[in-house]
Amino acid sequence: MNDWNGDWNPDEERLLDAPTVRPYVIARGRTEAQDRFDLITLAVTIRPTTGAEIGLDPEHQAIVRLCRRPLSVAEIAAHMDLPAGIVRVLLGDLFDRGFVAVQEPQPEVDVLDERMYRAVLDGLRAL
Amino acid sequence: MVSGRSDMPKTPTPKMPKAIKLLIAGGFGVGKTTMVGAVSEIRPLRTEETLTDRSVGVDDLSGVEAKSTTTVAMDFGRISIGDDFMLYLFGTPGQERFWFVWDELARGALGAVVLADTRRLADCFPSVDYFERRGTPFIVAVNCFEGAPMFQLDEVKLALNLGPDVPVLLCDARKRDSGKEVLIALVKHAYSKRPAAVS
Ligand SMILES: Nc1nc2c(ncn2[C@@H]2O[C@H](COP(=O)(O)OP(=O)(O)OP(=O)(O)O)[C@@H](O)[C@H]2O)c(=O)[nH]1
Ligand SMILES: [Mg+2]
Repeated sequence: MNDWNGDWNPDEERLLDAPTVRPYVIARGRTEAQDRFDLITLAVTIRPTTGAEIGLDPEHQAIVRLCRRPLSVAEIAAHMDLPAGIVRVLLGDLFDRGFVAVQEPQPEVDVLDERMYRAVLDGLRAL
Repeated sequence: MVSGRSDMPKTPTPKMPKAIKLLIAGGFGVGKTTMVGAVSEIRPLRTEETLTDRSVGVDDLSGVEAKSTTTVAMDFGRISIGDDFMLYLFGTPGQERFWFVWDELARGALGAVVLADTRRLADCFPSVDYFERRGTPFIVAVNCFEGAPMFQLDEVKLALNLGPDVPVLLCDARKRDSGKEVLIALVKHAYSKRPAAVS
């Protein structure tokens, strides 16, 4: 059975329904950061915000809340309704300040790992 | 590799799954989003990549270097494989002028499904060409729409001029089990094509 909502919390959806002009302003000009993470780079919160951090915008805090469980850049972007490039910039800020840990996708050497193929095949068969 | 700054108090870094990318490609309206939705454990999501023109703009501004940005929307879904792996399925934008997005998407992808519709087989030529050139392992899945001419898989293979080792199978993009079979076929094929196995 498909669980379309997954672990997605509708309250957060409303919270994030705010106008999205600000994130563009925050990210403006920081194009170098936009290539920093892959669409499937995973991020997870390792230090919650208290809400009073200096220099963290509501969008940063929304990401910190979203990433209580590991989420990809693509998922964060979709949930926040922001382009992936903007999310990369915001995520870079959070990473630099120690709020999130990130995991880059499989390096090539792992992709060649036989166990990975086996685990994925077994997992798919068991769906 | 999990990385995080360590000079600040924090909770222990949770174990992260490894993310794996699979692509669902094919012509316009062939059922890419439908297939992503059928197998995904979350409702299909949509993300936008804003890309600065690399070679898209054919607009001749008489010598003036034209820089434009293009926004491309991609549908994607997710399948978690235990705690260890997270499969992400991206429906690639069909239009040829978005091939530069494919490059970003295809980088690091384990493999691709090219969805075909027998009423418009030619629509998947560009995808087939692209993955062949790029060396991305791919299989062809013929989405069986009602009323579409039935072909033998051999005929499809011939019509698409596929190499003998490219798997071709029938599917129903709306059905989870069918999508699952397609993904299993793809992962098996990618496994047989992995550089260690080939060279
Ligand atoms: N009868 C039938 N209809 C299908 C099947 N797969 C998809 N459809 C329908 O075909 C239409 C197009 O499907 P989509 O999944 O949106 O196709 P797409 O490839 O994502 O389309 P674009 O993203 O616009 O290129 C939808 O109305 C689907 O419901 C199928 O196997 N059988
Ligand atoms: Mg679609």
